Amino acid sequence: MSLDSKVPKGPLAEKWSSHKMNSKLINPANKRKFKIIVVGSGLAGGSAAATLSELGYKVECFCYQDSPRRAHSIAAQGGINAAKNYQNDGDSVHRLFYDTIKGGDFRSREANVHRLAEVSTEIIDQCVAQGVPFAREYGGLLDNRSFGGAQVKRTFYARGQTGQQLLIGCYQALEKEVSKGGVTMHTRTEMLDLVVVDGHAKGIVVRNLSTGEITTHAADAVILATGGYGNVFYLSTNAMGCNVMASFRAHRRGAFMANPCYTQIHPTCIPVSGDYQSKLTLMSESLRNDGRIWVPKSAEDAKAIRGGKKKASDIPEDERDYYLERKYPSFGNLCPRDIASRAAKECCDEGRGVATTGLGVFLDFEDAIKRDGEDAIRARYGNLFQMYEKISGDNPYKQPMQIYPAVHYTMGGLWVDYNLMSNLPGLHVLGEANFSDHGANRLGASALMQGLADGYFVIPSTIAVYLANQKPGAVTTDHPEFKRVENDVKDRLKSLLEVKGTKSVDSFHRELGLLIWDKCGMARDKEGLEYALKRIPEIRNEFWTNVRIPGSANGLNSELEKAGRVADFIDFAEVLCHDALAREESCGGHFRMEHQFTEADAEVQDGTTQTGEAKRHDDLFQYVAAWEHTEPGKAPILHKEELIFEEVKPSIRSYK
Amino acid sequence: MNASLCSMCAFAKSSIGRKMIVAVTGLALVLFLAGHLTGNLLIFAGRDAFNDYAQFLHEVFHGAGVWIARIGLLACLVGHVWFTILLTRENKTARKKYAHQATVQAQRSSLMMIWSGLTILAFIIFHLLHFTVKAGTDYASFMQVMPDGSERHDAWKMVIVGFGNPLVAIFYIIAMTLLCSHLSHGVASIFQTLGLRTKKTAGPISILSRIYAIVIYLGFISIPLAILLFGFGCEACK
Amino acid sequence: MPLLNLTLKVWRQENAKSEGRIETYEAKEIPTSASFLEMIDIVNERLIQDGEEPIHFDHDCREGICGMCSMTINGVPHSKERGITTCQLHMRKFSDGETIWIEPFRANAFPIVKDLVVNRSSFDRIIAAGGYISVRTGSAPDAHAIQIAKPDADAAFDAAACIGCGACVAACKNASAMLFVSAKASHLNHLPQGQAEKDQRVLGMVRQMDEEGFGNCTNQFECEAVCPKEISANHIAKLNRDYLAASARDSVS
Repeated sequence: MSLDSKVPKGPLAEKWSSHKMNSKLINPANKRKFKIIVVGSGLAGGSAAATLSELGYKVECFCYQDSPRRAHSIAAQGGINAAKNYQNDGDSVHRLFYDTIKGGDFRSREANVHRLAEVSTEIIDQCVAQGVPFAREYGGLLDNRSFGGAQVKRTFYARGQTGQQLLIGCYQALEKEVSKGGVTMHTRTEMLDLVVVDGHAKGIVVRNLSTGEITTHAADAVILATGGYGNVFYLSTNAMGCNVMASFRAHRRGAFMANPCYTQIHPTCIPVSGDYQSKLTLMSESLRNDGRIWVPKSAEDAKAIRGGKKKASDIPEDERDYYLERKYPSFGNLCPRDIASRAAKECCDEGRGVATTGLGVFLDFEDAIKRDGEDAIRARYGNLFQMYEKISGDNPYKQPMQIYPAVHYTMGGLWVDYNLMSNLPGLHVLGEANFSDHGANRLGASALMQGLADGYFVIPSTIAVYLANQKPGAVTTDHPEFKRVENDVKDRLKSLLEVKGTKSVDSFHRELGLLIWDKCGMARDKEGLEYALKRIPEIRNEFWTNVRIPGSANGLNSELEKAGRVADFIDFAEVLCHDALAREESCGGHFRMEHQFTEADAEVQDGTTQTGEAKRHDDLFQYVAAWEHTEPGKAPILHKEELIFEEVKPSIRSYK
Repeated sequence: MNASLCSMCAFAKSSIGRKMIVAVTGLALVLFLAGHLTGNLLIFAGRDAFNDYAQFLHEVFHGAGVWIARIGLLACLVGHVWFTILLTRENKTARKKYAHQATVQAQRSSLMMIWSGLTILAFIIFHLLHFTVKAGTDYASFMQVMPDGSERHDAWKMVIVGFGNPLVAIFYIIAMTLLCSHLSHGVASIFQTLGLRTKKTAGPISILSRIYAIVIYLGFISIPLAILLFGFGCEACK
Repeated sequence: MPLLNLTLKVWRQENAKSEGRIETYEAKEIPTSASFLEMIDIVNERLIQDGEEPIHFDHDCREGICGMCSMTINGVPHSKERGITTCQLHMRKFSDGETIWIEPFRANAFPIVKDLVVNRSSFDRIIAAGGYISVRTGSAPDAHAIQIAKPDADAAFDAAACIGCGACVAACKNASAMLFVSAKASHLNHLPQGQAEKDQRVLGMVRQMDEEGFGNCTNQFECEAVCPKEISANHIAKLNRDYLAASARDSVS
């Protein structure tokens, strides 16, 4: 199948406005005849549901949480980018566009990214009008901070809870539409399958998580805004409930999964403390401004620290390896996320890791405290230090913090065209669930921007492109396909419950996560990925023959919910590994050990880059890899969308 | 007019509206207590001063004043009690109790408002029967002979004799203890409910509330204590 | 690593209609570095091994921001530790041999779904009754068209920090939702953008709060003590003030 990105013709900066001008419209009287299903109520889904309802469409919105306000967008701390240039420091739509393309290691679609940069300014206006309490200066105007990968201050923030504040704004807009009758909200309801009628996505099958009731819902179009798949690694900074089920069900029904191998690892998380660990907590990256990262030079010292026989303070200065400062003298502790993460892994692989598990490195503030005083450090990072102390029980003013990288965002997702519609007509995908805007790596403070851009400003215009050719209400749940899919869903739940094995769902999830983290995590190679592809079917077999799910499908059963999600994670992990294996290059969040710069490369010799940096192969892999599902257990089929760069010239990503 | 009434009805039916009624009636009763205490303390100024005060109360506005005050206070009391009972009944049914109960910072006085309040109500009824209606007593026959030979009711003696009964005095002191508890939470609550508490006023309000409760408490119990423990006025009443 | 042996007294309830009861479980060899929810995970894993139904509880982000976790621990929502949610509580705060009572957030307006899981959709309905600023997407003026004094912006933020967990209701002996409602109203009422709909918002939200069957505030401030975001009960005073003014204006205009 050919993948048509439907990017409009014309100069890059005019594509979005001319597309809006040239697209068909639906007149207000007809809009109310169309029904749209929105799955997910985070920034992307919530803003889409609210805005579509304002336009007059009938919206049915679904979320698995008990309230739309709890979607995981809420956990974003840092901020949201916008090309407002309020700081007069030379920012512009074009600069934001360029930074995002470059940050994504030249693996994203130019037209989408430019549109994102264009609407970014409107997002801030919208959110301020909704009452989002962004940080302000004493003069009463909005404050900005700078963030990784940019040389201008364009990040708007609300203390450490930008995500929560934006989501509350969005949720309030959603509840406003609920009160006006435009949106029907279904909370504690999980999408278990997609209904495709004559090749078009026309409905979903859901389970009410409180009562266990299975129902079908038909609509003229379906929107998935169901977030990323970071929990395939079991441990991540994602919420416990984050899952790939909705996307993966759509994938099984024909939607292509694009670039799943682009996963972002955040270098500063609190390390794992034991097998029981359920989740990893992110510490703001800003800590790297003052903290120095190190491990002991000798494995013996590291072992003594792990065993509690020595403390960090017992290691003399010349026995410490400040490895980032040593390897990357110009950037030091502030080198990009992926590099800092991989370097930590290398040290731990050498047996020099600290923390009880050996998977941790020190982030030391001793020098900063000596230089600036404890009060200055407290003023800068007080709440972060407090959070660290709550979780670890250690006082970071006295002992260095221990950190380790963790998965926290996934750039890949369902393939969508310029209209955010997948290859399945009628199925639209927004936010982290789609693959569209971040390429191989996402810059800080861009996730919130993309979610809200998709929901508030893009989909309300582009969904009409599809709907204009549809007869409203043409498909109802009376169509036999709905019954068929409903029965599929019921059979699947029944077979999960009938396994009656001996191992808990979590134990399978943990096993899968460890495997994927190990073989398809920070650094990947052919051998490891092939091993993973051999192991995954074994895990799947054991899962389907030995999982134990107590209780029944009637009523609340959290083990059954988890089982459905883990079953899909197992299948999804295969697509992930296939993609990582097929992409024989390193770019952004995808690092293949075989493809890195070495001393032998001319670019290293002339100083353009340094050894160990990701090595792209633009001649071979300048495309989006979109995978088509075949049969369970069989390799997916690769489809390519070539990436054409008209405006920027791909270069070696360098932050020198 | 109708719409306006509707708005007021909605207010009086709402949670906040009813609480405000309790607060405003409470405020009236709190202010009354200050006046009542000031008058009572005249007992220490001697029989003449106290009886002058009692006489003044009965004669102000040709005797109408005392009735206006009585009706006003009764209305406040009924409003205060009635709305409190309505709110408390709702509160009791708003949730099941925990198997393991605990509180973090709620003051004990705040947890027993309804019980301190009902005890005070019982006391008020007794107090009115005792000193106002003078039921079951011969207090009405206590007379003070004035220099001009005329007579007037000897309220001073009535109080001394009344509190000379240890049971009465003890019940009075218990009731005043609960009143003190009731006020220490209640006065601060008035400010909170009427929306006067802010970051800056919160501290002063809490202190004011406690000081007021203690002043009222010490003031009121000083009378039976003086009579019971130190035999104040007993000599003169024999 | 030190390990704890604990006795858990846990509320178990099959569904909204059935009678609940306290059940006793032994939580053996719990690492002190585990979080409270991870302790429940460990107990559940063992229950599943033994063929029993695990304890159902709400949780999601496990970093104290989503507001999903909702346990009353030894009679106090989110435990007696200040300024945290249940998921941020760690086992090092407990000692070996301790008995821990774990109950759901209790309020009639939060009906129990199962075990420790409650339904807090009443909060959503309160928001739908006016807890928003009506601004159609795309109709907003430039963000710098409105200047907001920093003190107002900070006050609004203090209220906006509410994560809607419902601990305030669960801690109140009257199951009053005043801290939640006041925080939500106060956030918007402090901002110039929120002035146009202020009266309507306050009247609507309070009306809905009353209809949901929450109790009445008796100013004990237990809500403030358990709030994981330490939102002050002063916001309740502001709501009272705004409600009085709104009712008065509503009566005459």
